[in-house]
Amino acid sequence: MSAQQTSGAGATEPRHGMRLLAMWLVISAIADPLFWFLAGPHMPPGDMTTTASGAQSDFNVLMMAALPVTLGVWLYYGYAAVMWRASRGGSDLIGGPKARSNLRVQAAWIGTTTVVVLAAFVYGTVELVVPAGAGGGEGPQPIWTPTSKTILPIQVIAQQWKFSYRYPTYGGFETDQLMIPNDTTVAFHVTSLDVIHEFWAYQLEVKADANPGTDNVAFTTTKVLGNVTVRCSELCGIWHGAMFNFGHVVSKSQFQAWATTSEAKLAPVTKLLPAFSWSYTPDANGAAGGYYPDNADKYNKIETYGADKVSVADTKIKSS
Amino acid sequence: MGRGARLGIFSSLLAVAVGLVVFVSMAFLRSEPPTIDFAAGHTAGQPVDMTLQTVGAIGYGAHSTWVSYLTKAPNGKWVHTTLWDLPANTRINVTLYEYDGGSPLRNPQIGAVYGTLGNVEILNGKPVSLIDATQGNGVAHTFSVPTLGINVPLYAVDGNAKNFCNVPAPCPLSTAHNVIQFSFVTPKAAGQYPWQCFVPCGLGYLYGNGGPMQTISYMDGFLKVVS
Repeated sequence: MSAQQTSGAGATEPRHGMRLLAMWLVISAIADPLFWFLAGPHMPPGDMTTTASGAQSDFNVLMMAALPVTLGVWLYYGYAAVMWRASRGGSDLIGGPKARSNLRVQAAWIGTTTVVVLAAFVYGTVELVVPAGAGGGEGPQPIWTPTSKTILPIQVIAQQWKFSYRYPTYGGFETDQLMIPNDTTVAFHVTSLDVIHEFWAYQLEVKADANPGTDNVAFTTTKVLGNVTVRCSELCGIWHGAMFNFGHVVSKSQFQAWATTSEAKLAPVTKLLPAFSWSYTPDANGAAGGYYPDNADKYNKIETYGADKVSVADTKIKSS
Repeated sequence: MGRGARLGIFSSLLAVAVGLVVFVSMAFLRSEPPTIDFAAGHTAGQPVDMTLQTVGAIGYGAHSTWVSYLTKAPNGKWVHTTLWDLPANTRINVTLYEYDGGSPLRNPQIGAVYGTLGNVEILNGKPVSLIDATQGNGVAHTFSVPTLGINVPLYAVDGNAKNFCNVPAPCPLSTAHNVIQFSFVTPKAAGQYPWQCFVPCGLGYLYGNGGPMQTISYMDGFLKVVS
């Protein structure tokens, strides 16, 4: 391919490899920036949180890498169909032992694919670690924790078939409303009172399994005001499809006002709730019995993971 | 009989058999309890009255021991269904006769009344906004529409009452019961809104959430809001 060759008809062959390379470079140089600047900002899940914008940029970076590969394949198909079709008197196909013993092709293929796969592996691992789990559930003892000094814990309680939320730093009230302050690092503590559910806050790019008796922690930091759709993404029974609700990222002052008002308004209900715990052990058999903590004194050990240990009082959000 | 004739008969019988299987399967898959139409003839701006009851055991059929809701149709007959056509953006006045015994709640938050007009229910003539399920008879069931933010806990009757309803549904007013009244407004948007009981009352099923809890016409159903 690299040198001029003589075809069966006796005509001089152009340097197809160089042609293809040049065309591929030009098309890729045009397509990648077009995608990055025009489509990239609109890719899901948006930029409402650090994890969401991280996922969006990860998607865009991987798309930038994949686009030239795709274009290269399509370009080769198109070029071959035009240049080497039989009616044009193209050269004979090269296959069999001749192709298998081509050391340059083999080395290029193995080298290129190895580099691509290793690069994707390293990039993916770094992007998982740096943003503290990238919004995924990390279990009860998170390995990757945020560096923020103030973390707002919100407990997500799933049950057949709804989500409710407890705010341990505001007296442990429980509500069906998910309100989150902006510009705040949040630790979602996801658990279940019955079967396995999954808390998927799409716009926040937070997704964590809700297992009974387990505290599954996922972090994110809010950046933009807006609405959030929460869905269960683990098939959990007849109303699984209806197990959704909506949350809101509001300003810190709005959140503070809502939280203090709700704490007071829901005080009679809160009195009936079990002492706050990071997980609960539901009665597995039949109708009787409430939910109860598996370790009630955990209430005083909020956010003991990470570099900065904070007290219960410290985790209350201050209005900016 | 020739080979062709035998083949023809066999093919015909096979076609009939396949047709029967398809017919029965489709009939089973498409079957559902009746829908009570509260929207027909409704005058805009007027409320709709709906009467329900909850029983500890339906008392007949394939699942005679299952707990269940029943609906009183406009003609006065009790119907074993949980599917209702309701007019959009309309006040629904519900009167519910509760005949079942109770228990504590798995999640006491569900003891709160919300989403109804005034966030209250009228229990035996008295307004109530919160029921402590650990006290008294506990909570038997709830009427909850999560997508509309409605939750109404239903205070139970004494399970050991001498006149506890032990007859096939519907239970008569002569047996032990509580009367619970509440009102809510249907959404402006037409659609099907699932509702359910949040008390895990499927005895014998894991976490109490199987059986009647996952079967339409027992402890869950649809508000079919029509515009």
